[in-house]
Amino acid sequence: MEDNKPQVIKITFDGIEVEVEPGTTIMQAARRIAEADSSQHHLVPPAMCYYEPLKGSGGKCRACLVKVAQGSAKDTRPMPKLVPSCITQVQDGMVVENVTNPAVLEERKGIVEFLLLNHPLDCPVCDQAGECHLQDFAFEHGSAKTRYEEERRTFEKQDIGPYVQLHMTRCILCYRCVYTADQITDKRVHGVLGRGDAAEIGTYIEKAIDNDFSGNVIDVCPVGALTDKTYRFKNRVWFSKPVDAHCQCDKCSGRVTLWYRGEEVIRVTARKNEWGEVKEFICNTCRFEKKKTSDWVIEGPTKVQRSSVISANKYRADVIKKPDFALKLAASQYKPIDDSRPYITDDQTIRELSIENNNKANQRSLAEKN
Amino acid sequence: MAIKILTEHSHIPGIETFDVYRKNGGYTALEKAIKTMSPEEVVEEAKKSGVRGRGGAGFPMGMKWGFLAKPEGVPRYLVCNADESEPGTFKDHYLMKTIPHLLIEGMIISSYALGANKSFIYVRGELMYVIQILEKAIAEATANGLLGNNILGSGYDLELVVQPGGGAYICGEETALLESLEGKRGNPRNKPPFPAVKGLYQSPTVVNNVESIANMAWIINHGGEAYASVGIGRSTGTKLISASGHIKKPGVYEIELGLSVEEFMNSDEYCGGIRDGHHLKALVAGGSSVPIIPAHLVYKTANGEDRLMSYESLSDGGFATGTMLGSGGFIVFDETACIVRNTWNFSRFYHHESCGQCSPCREGTGWMEKVLHRLEHGHGSMHDIDLLVDVAKKIEGNTICPLGDAAAWPVASAIRHFREEFEWHVSHPKEATLPGAVYKGAAVLA
Repeated sequence: MEDNKPQVIKITFDGIEVEVEPGTTIMQAARRIAEADSSQHHLVPPAMCYYEPLKGSGGKCRACLVKVAQGSAKDTRPMPKLVPSCITQVQDGMVVENVTNPAVLEERKGIVEFLLLNHPLDCPVCDQAGECHLQDFAFEHGSAKTRYEEERRTFEKQDIGPYVQLHMTRCILCYRCVYTADQITDKRVHGVLGRGDAAEIGTYIEKAIDNDFSGNVIDVCPVGALTDKTYRFKNRVWFSKPVDAHCQCDKCSGRVTLWYRGEEVIRVTARKNEWGEVKEFICNTCRFEKKKTSDWVIEGPTKVQRSSVISANKYRADVIKKPDFALKLAASQYKPIDDSRPYITDDQTIRELSIENNNKANQRSLAEKN
Repeated sequence: MAIKILTEHSHIPGIETFDVYRKNGGYTALEKAIKTMSPEEVVEEAKKSGVRGRGGAGFPMGMKWGFLAKPEGVPRYLVCNADESEPGTFKDHYLMKTIPHLLIEGMIISSYALGANKSFIYVRGELMYVIQILEKAIAEATANGLLGNNILGSGYDLELVVQPGGGAYICGEETALLESLEGKRGNPRNKPPFPAVKGLYQSPTVVNNVESIANMAWIINHGGEAYASVGIGRSTGTKLISASGHIKKPGVYEIELGLSVEEFMNSDEYCGGIRDGHHLKALVAGGSSVPIIPAHLVYKTANGEDRLMSYESLSDGGFATGTMLGSGGFIVFDETACIVRNTWNFSRFYHHESCGQCSPCREGTGWMEKVLHRLEHGHGSMHDIDLLVDVAKKIEGNTICPLGDAAAWPVASAIRHFREEFEWHVSHPKEATLPGAVYKGAAVLA
């Protein structure tokens, strides 16, 4: 049986053919494409909950949904629904549509909107701003307007110890910190409590998260829900300079990134790869205690990555490479005032428009069914 | 008299006890299966019967059993999903409290067929008294040698465990149920792998609804082909329908699939018609999560054919003009029911029950509820109606489990068929917010 299995699998991702090993997920295949050709970086589906080093993560945020236009070479049928690329394994001959499929982009816009419904839009005062995955995701795939008018959900502040600040209101329930505590530390004392949009990260009975590796939850958090108490409000991240350094540590690898403001080390984090993922988790001593240059052996400036805050002009629309499709679409539909919702105040006209839309939707539904 | 497969003996006093059940032909199917049939033959009968999952999805049970992986040295499990919590559905509750032994017998036969030595019945936590009834029934069956080690001298062992749930709707989703059964938070799993490959404790598992399993006794006694001859087309056998709403005789009825909706609604044997002096306005045919249909589509499909109580006929016309049989929660609305308020109520339920794992459902259900609340309370705008349609569309099909779909369908269908009523709430906020106010212009069946 084993011999018959192909050693490499060929898939087509947004028209680009790539060969990967069996067992690879669509997301990993897309990352392989980007790693081979950095100009294709924008093709990689966004990941808000998926975190490659953490086993079992992924599938929750639905930000990385893609269309599988052809299941495999043997079974050429398309998959009926959009599938999460982070946990869907590739099959030989699979054809995946990502930014080439308008439905995928539309859905991604919807996910941004859903994630931002209850997320405070306080980036100017949030410590994560500049290195926030949600900020990047919203900038690249979201719409500038919100249709949400209701009150946002908020939470009571919970104290989880001297090092880590939990700001639950900003949480998008990606479960990464839960997996980290499960897989990196001895004993997990926090988890998800409650249900639905009232679900929250907490320790149930208020308790400090106290172990040598607890600080890693800060690095894995895609938003500003878990931040470093020794660094909070000290600096904007884009004013600091990251430098790779290492030290002798008996608990962890000791390989870190130091963040300088002038001559001062204001923060220590684990090193992240170009997908914003930590490969080597570091201990609390390295992270919180060693804040003098003399504690470290400096290796050199950190290579600035896509997900890094330092890449200049990151949020300038004319510089960022958005998905080609979206750009073309935007160019073709450009109007001086662009709003997806019609600014019509006449109820009768709105009604007619709505009924027309509704009828179209019904016909589509019928056509699909037949 | 229509054929009764499940409720034939339900009227007999004391049928919940072992002795009375045994006297009325109980456990003969178990004897037949264990003494004269091999497990494969039992699976074959289930396949022949064509019985489809009665929990809502309608997936053929025999086929599901056929998917069960059988690696060497790994235990297999059968789990009975008795976490019935869909608004409008109360058939399993009725079946378990009335004839608990029918389920126990079905469980033993099914476990034997699948080669499971430990099986679970996951019962909704609110039904504590039903759990006690089941446990008593299990104790009786064990005392009579029908459960436990070496059942009927065959060498087959089975332990049957009743597990109370915590009262979460989401734990009726099979993978969330398995997580809950393992003692974890009831979050649905990403599929694949499906439970048939990696289910309970990462072992191959079959999860079936109470009613599906209860059918097994009759199927073994009479044969799968006899079962398949009941019903219509691919909707074989009978189905328990939980009828509620504005009808004369609400309750649980066993019908042969293929009965016309009109007969079910109006015959004295079943619902007995809409309550006097009122008219049919809308129907939810299969529990709160299926699309609602307006009066003119209840008895006839869009093509003018008679609408039948079957999987195919109820879903005729797709989502544009059809609905689904679902779990058989038959909720009837007359003209006194406000569709906006009802939709808000359903949506409130899904908001409360979303597990919060994946973003479209966690955020979308709450959003829809808030917008519907606004509409119902006279603060809505025309934009809100389209907004609801759009949000529903963005949830549907993009979530880990079907709860997202279940939350989206009732909203989308209510607006599709009753848009005028939503608009009336926007244009006449004062009238619409009076107690008991209902839009008068909705079409009803005289």
